[in-house]
Amino acid sequence: MTESPNARPARAGRAGLWGGAALAAGLATLPWWADASTLRLVVEAVCLLVIAQMWNLLAGYGGLVSVGQQAYVGLGGYALVVLADFAGLDPFLCVPLGGLVAALAAVPVSRVAFRLQGGYFAIGTWVIAEVFRLAVANASVLGGGSGQSLVAMRAFPKDLRESLTYWIALALLVAVMVGLYGLLRSRHGLALTALRDSEVAAESQGIDVTATKFMVYTVAAFGGGCAGALYFLMNLRISPDAAFGVNWSAFTIFIVVIGGTGTLEGPIVGTLLFFLLRETLADYGTWYLIVIGVVAVVTMLACPQGLWGWLARRLDFSFFPLRRRV
Amino acid sequence: MPISASDLIGWLDTLVQGVLLGGLYALFAMGLSLAFGVMRLVNIAHGDLIVLSAFGGVALVLGTGGSPYAAFAIVVPAMAALGYVLQRVLLNRTLGGDILPPLLVTFGLSIIIQNLLLEIFSADSRSLRAEGFETASIQLGGGIAVGWLPLSVFLAAGAVTVGLELLFGQTGLGRAFRATSDDRVTAELMGIGHRHVFALATAVSFAIVAVAGIFLAFRTTVAPSDGPGYLLYAFEAVIIGGMGSFWGTFGGGVILGVAQAVGFRFDPGWGILVGHLACLAVLLTRPEGLFPRTRD
Repeated sequence: MTESPNARPARAGRAGLWGGAALAAGLATLPWWADASTLRLVVEAVCLLVIAQMWNLLAGYGGLVSVGQQAYVGLGGYALVVLADFAGLDPFLCVPLGGLVAALAAVPVSRVAFRLQGGYFAIGTWVIAEVFRLAVANASVLGGGSGQSLVAMRAFPKDLRESLTYWIALALLVAVMVGLYGLLRSRHGLALTALRDSEVAAESQGIDVTATKFMVYTVAAFGGGCAGALYFLMNLRISPDAAFGVNWSAFTIFIVVIGGTGTLEGPIVGTLLFFLLRETLADYGTWYLIVIGVVAVVTMLACPQGLWGWLARRLDFSFFPLRRRV
Repeated sequence: MPISASDLIGWLDTLVQGVLLGGLYALFAMGLSLAFGVMRLVNIAHGDLIVLSAFGGVALVLGTGGSPYAAFAIVVPAMAALGYVLQRVLLNRTLGGDILPPLLVTFGLSIIIQNLLLEIFSADSRSLRAEGFETASIQLGGGIAVGWLPLSVFLAAGAVTVGLELLFGQTGLGRAFRATSDDRVTAELMGIGHRHVFALATAVSFAIVAVAGIFLAFRTTVAPSDGPGYLLYAFEAVIIGGMGSFWGTFGGGVILGVAQAVGFRFDPGWGILVGHLACLAVLLTRPEGLFPRTRD
């Protein structure tokens, strides 16, 4: 009997699953043997990777090229400040709550943003993020333009605080990867893949294009909000410029494009490369940004499927198999 | 509550200054409107190119000690040439069905330009001194004064608008722009090579960007990180005015300038925010813009 064409990808998928589980278990032991700066670096990488995966879902699958995801990162961060410092909720619980606040905000925002298409959608989402930034900068109760510190975290001893933040980051990453993998392999994922390949053809097959895009946009806002709350949980200080800065979009878009759009592995590869470049060029001021910008432009022109896409095509291999063969 | 005469004069002054500020925004927006109209290209580095032109003018005056007005004679053709080359070697490769390549490449250029300027000029703000011209003004009576410089910028924006309308409506090049925009393949069959036409469109767009950048350096100080803000103003002027018409873009710039001036009058922290909100309000109520093109 010949092997089913899906057997090899399924084996690779199982390898990915077990490998991922082993990696997560190994990473979970980090607080016992790594120093605080390593923990911080991993938390920061997780934040960028989560936002990158969300942007990948938006642009790589939904065709929604947003330059305004920092709106949700910032909202998640400020939701943390309001809920933990003002309402007295547990700050760690505020990570999913920050995502929830961002997802709720995405409902009315999508009504405005979805009036624009293509490149104008991209800049329109940026304008909306700026509206949030300026509104927060004008709110003196939130510390205005100079921001404020997160007081609620003072209740925890330093070691416990850092370890808990780290484990929450790890849990968020696992949840996002498993959630996205599940979503993309579900009926909705099939609809998204169809949408990515041809909007008109997808619509003619009975896919509700607007509803699917709305779902993707809200999910991406949720992920961005969680990542924002997590980042400022680690950072302990928030300001409108840091929370709603366009660099969140710049970094994550470059990460996805360099790693490869439309795959779950691409953003992981891109994130690793981003931190490798940043840490290597740490002594040369903003040159790392120039280098990353150049690498992203060259990748887009020379190898539009990204590093992982190029590798996967050569090796015919995928850790998170999303394609079906017939 | 009765409105006093001084209140009325104050509001009138806000309106006049807002209209003049809008002239600068119209100048920012014209190049963006042109590039989108001809190539469907949304250039995220647009604001950074304005800042680059401003710094080009500053460097020229610092380096040669020459007249700041000479900056126009050098920076405008230099930017036009840069536009032609950039479109020919880089941006033409990104134009196709997919919207991600042009956005990503211009976003990359934006980050590269910003950080190169930061490395060369540091984060300090710079400006051009126009030998007293920047502070000279005409008294309109009742305490309202119109600065010669803002008035010149406004008139320049009007002149650029007239020039673009004539270029598109009356010349062979304008016909090539419109033909390529409507149907690239058919235009190609008629002997119009789209690569060259697109590069010419970008050259014109960059020349206008250079004029805007130098006027900006006369009017205010410029820092390397200011570009994205100017991109958003340009975009908002296009959205408010409605796509496909240069007079619409001009009107959009003026409305944006007035909205910001009114916002600034209420609270210095609100000016830019009110401008953004005006744009979003237009998007919600009149998605096609306030002055959409009626004739085709």
